[in-house]
Amino acid sequence: MKRMAWLLGSAIALSVAGASGAFAQTTLRMTWYSDGNEGEVMQDLLARFEKANPDIKVVLDQVPFKAINENLPVQLAAGEGPDIARVVDLGGVAKFMLDLRPHLKDAAYFEKNYGPFLSWMRLPGDTTSIPGYMTQLTVTGPFVNKTLFEQAGVALPGEKATWADWAKATKQVADKVKAPFPIAIDRSGHRFLGMAISEGAKMFDAKGEPAVIDDGFKTAASMVVDWHKTGVMSKELWGSVSGATYRGANDEFKNAQVVMYMSGSWQISQFDKQIGNAFDWVAVPNPCGAGGCTGMPGGAALVGIKTTKNPQAVAKVMEYLASEPVAQEFYSRTLFVPGHVGLAQKGIDYPSASPLAKQALGVFGKQVGQVSQTAYALQGYTYNRIIFNAVISRVGQVVAGEGTLDEAYKRIEQDVAAQIAERKK
Amino acid sequence: MSVADFVTRRRGRRWHWTDIAAYSYLALGVVLMFGPVLWLVLSSFKTQAALLEFPPSLLPMTQEEVMVPGQGDKPLPLFKVTMDDGSVRTLAQVRRVGIQAQMVDPKDPGTVIRVPIERREPVRKFQLALENYTKPLQQFAFTRYLANSVFVTVVATLITLISNSMAAYALSIYEFRGRNAAMLAVIGTLMIPITIILVPVYMVVASLGMVNSLWAVILPGAATPTGVFLLRQYMLTLPRDLIEAARMDKASEWQIYWRIVMPLSLPALAVLAIFSIMWRWNEFLWPLAVLTKTESYTLQIGLNAFQGELQVQWHYLLAMTVVTLAPVALVFVFLQRFITTGIANTGMK
Amino acid sequence: MSGKAASGGIGDRFGGVLSAPYTLIMKVLDIPMRAVQNAIGERRMPYVFLLPNFLLFGLFVFLPLILNVGYSLTGGSKLYLSERPFVGLGQYATLLDCTNHLQPSTCREDHFWRGVYNTITFVVLQVVFMVLFSLLTAVVLNMKIRGRGFFRAVYFFPVLLSPVVVALIWKWILQREGLLNGAITTLGGEKILFFVEPGWAMFWAVFVSIWAHMGFYTLILLAGLQAIPADIYEAAEMDGTKKWRAFHRLTLPLLMPNLIVVIVLSLIKGVQTFDEVFVLTGGGPGTATLLVVQYIYETAFSNQVQNFGLAGAASVMLGVVLFALTLLQLFFARKGEKPT
Repeated sequence: MKRMAWLLGSAIALSVAGASGAFAQTTLRMTWYSDGNEGEVMQDLLARFEKANPDIKVVLDQVPFKAINENLPVQLAAGEGPDIARVVDLGGVAKFMLDLRPHLKDAAYFEKNYGPFLSWMRLPGDTTSIPGYMTQLTVTGPFVNKTLFEQAGVALPGEKATWADWAKATKQVADKVKAPFPIAIDRSGHRFLGMAISEGAKMFDAKGEPAVIDDGFKTAASMVVDWHKTGVMSKELWGSVSGATYRGANDEFKNAQVVMYMSGSWQISQFDKQIGNAFDWVAVPNPCGAGGCTGMPGGAALVGIKTTKNPQAVAKVMEYLASEPVAQEFYSRTLFVPGHVGLAQKGIDYPSASPLAKQALGVFGKQVGQVSQTAYALQGYTYNRIIFNAVISRVGQVVAGEGTLDEAYKRIEQDVAAQIAERKK
Repeated sequence: MSVADFVTRRRGRRWHWTDIAAYSYLALGVVLMFGPVLWLVLSSFKTQAALLEFPPSLLPMTQEEVMVPGQGDKPLPLFKVTMDDGSVRTLAQVRRVGIQAQMVDPKDPGTVIRVPIERREPVRKFQLALENYTKPLQQFAFTRYLANSVFVTVVATLITLISNSMAAYALSIYEFRGRNAAMLAVIGTLMIPITIILVPVYMVVASLGMVNSLWAVILPGAATPTGVFLLRQYMLTLPRDLIEAARMDKASEWQIYWRIVMPLSLPALAVLAIFSIMWRWNEFLWPLAVLTKTESYTLQIGLNAFQGELQVQWHYLLAMTVVTLAPVALVFVFLQRFITTGIANTGMK
Repeated sequence: MSGKAASGGIGDRFGGVLSAPYTLIMKVLDIPMRAVQNAIGERRMPYVFLLPNFLLFGLFVFLPLILNVGYSLTGGSKLYLSERPFVGLGQYATLLDCTNHLQPSTCREDHFWRGVYNTITFVVLQVVFMVLFSLLTAVVLNMKIRGRGFFRAVYFFPVLLSPVVVALIWKWILQREGLLNGAITTLGGEKILFFVEPGWAMFWAVFVSIWAHMGFYTLILLAGLQAIPADIYEAAEMDGTKKWRAFHRLTLPLLMPNLIVVIVLSLIKGVQTFDEVFVLTGGGPGTATLLVVQYIYETAFSNQVQNFGLAGAASVMLGVVLFALTLLQLFFARKGEKPT
């Protein structure tokens, strides 16, 4: 057995050496996670890049998403990180990002096309660095199972409908067609805060410091908690897990059990593939409240990492991937909303999408323009994930029957303050 | 011999109620212990859509499709439709508009029949979704991950067996100064899961420059306190006179260890080996923290890459889970024999 | 039996394949080991035997534990200890800050205390039922039954599965659209949302953990049962002792050492439980199945501010309590072992 272990060991060592030693090459590591087919698409694009640049090799390290938020920060802090990474918690990782600007051939291109989102990747006070680009821009918003509405004979609420209108209509539909979820909302602070901002939450005080709890926030929170009592929402999402654990209702929606599903643009690709012709699903504009009709923007960015030994090569890869034709192909094959201003204006063709998916992509594309300033500010706020987590954890407890909303408000403020203080130590 | 006699005959004894109770308990056990695993294997052959169905079908089924002339070159899904007069017909669906389905009879493709969608039931047939297996196996470096996992499991188990048995031998056979302190150290750390000291262990590993090396996965867990504890408890029961006799024969301490104590402890060693193999093969959180490069991934990391931020690709995840189970099941079938015979042959305790 | 094993070596039972390399390596190692023994004497040999294990132990367990104490005395979100500000016992004070320690909602770190109480409930239930069911299964498997080998394999099989897989399988079975609800509705019942009721969630967490690990403990008890000489029972039968009485009076005391191993190990595993329950229930509903290891893991990793200090303090406290518990157990174990 020892012998076998030795053989295996040397075989592995040899193959590792073989992989990197062909000729004088720079090898870059890219840490990547996938929700759908984007890993495959990226692999294709990188293969093409390597063909055009034989001196640079990019290895795609595909990891579970869990590793991006939980392990990557530790690895980065220990100096053991990759050269490039796809990240979501932009504010949290910002301090480890590489400024590509000095290495780019055309920094103006990045500013022009990715400009609005660059600030999300910067630390407070930094106004110039170019750490990367958005592989995906997302915006939150609801999907509706139109077929269930038709079966129940209830009309779809119109363009400027409020959440109350939707709650009433969906409950009617659900009762008639016996669907267990009139409204389902992702168990995520990010989704909820979009609603809260629509209800008038301001999120920040005059000095720009976070002030999460205000009347708008309270309106939204008590609305959601009430829905759980009146059967508009099922406890299965918000009341089932603890802490900041994410829970979606995408599988239930695909199974025609949800009348209205508050999620976001990233669902389109899987709905398109998996619902097929089973029922008609549509994206509708975000319902309105005192603060407007906004969703939350978001997304994932591909960024360079400061500790890389080959910033030039990193910039070269990023320049290639962010260039208009390549980015266009990436967005179009993954059915992502483009995080590229030029492409967004031109509109992206999604040849693989069905008419339903095209309609939904159109609705979400329009939603991007209607996102409120508060929502943009929150998304760009460095410590936003602290707020998202505290909100969902505490409101979730109320839904599960552990304590009251007033206690939750106190806890949210405490949690946010304590963690920001820890971060600033 | 009458039938009743035959049925109730049992190795010369009559059935006692405890026998019936025992067999019912075992039958229930088979369903309860095996059922879920069988369910996993069956589910891994279902398509993404079939996985979501309710009530779930036991076997992997997909909807039947037929080619209908004059309706394009794509096959159409088949449905059983209850007509207005109560008769049931098998029709192919051309398209669905809202809550109305437009269907045709494959034998008479000319006439379109409109049917409310709640009147149709899909016609299904048994089919294995093998692409759940083939696609990910092509996509990721499966053989590399497998080789890494095997290497980690084998080497780590060997190290564990040797270092643990040596320590257990010392703690059970000898009286020496510091024995109680050493025992205390073992017991004290018995309860500390690596999960809660992940960061400090990572710091140690990083400062040794072992990040991304398979040794970073192998070494930290090799000196299991559980193994020392288990082996020591077992070795305490070994007859001392054997060891004394060997000493009289001028055997060295090392010889006593490997010639007498190790073979006698085989049942306990087999148990520890199984434990260690399972543990190493299935380890996830720690490798995820120290292995970041594809070429050093173990199977568990590779397979969990199907868990995205917002979606889990269940069909792949289930299929690859079954794949990782297969080698372990084989090892088990192999070692199981040793455990049973090992235990049966052990006349002492 | 022992003579045969001693002379034939491991080869007899492990097959010739492993025997030859084993003997070879051990014989080669005998040369330096004998030299060492000659140099330091037989009485110091145990230290040599302890060395490899304790070297690994020191590096990957003791050193991290000490570092962990270091972390628990610092604050901030930096990774390197040298960069972290010293806060003394501040993190401990934060954890212990409660108006009423029996009421988690009055504590500053309420999730920690909920985790502590949930863990206690979980471990107590788990250990009690684990011992009961593995004992029952071992006794049944020890009867003269056809297909014993097969049944043993069946009960042991789940031990092979990783905690994540175990939880995944059962989640598939227990969810709203799962197999169990499918069966319930087919029989005319109403669907039960198992993961929304705190009681059900805890029940299934305990059930699944017993399901997954019972085979291992059954094996240990089975080994003990088989080691009890049959003539004891024959003697008892001749004396007219009832079966139950024989079990109570003879089997249980003789099985005591094995039972203690089972109790100690299942208790340890119970306290360490994390991914199994986390994947199954996510710690919910609310915080009903949030276990203390999950709290520690989430505090250190899941939040944007990875709070290694607070997590360190919680794990040090957990460690101290566990250590005390183990000592207590051992004390009772010693008392229990004496009669045999």
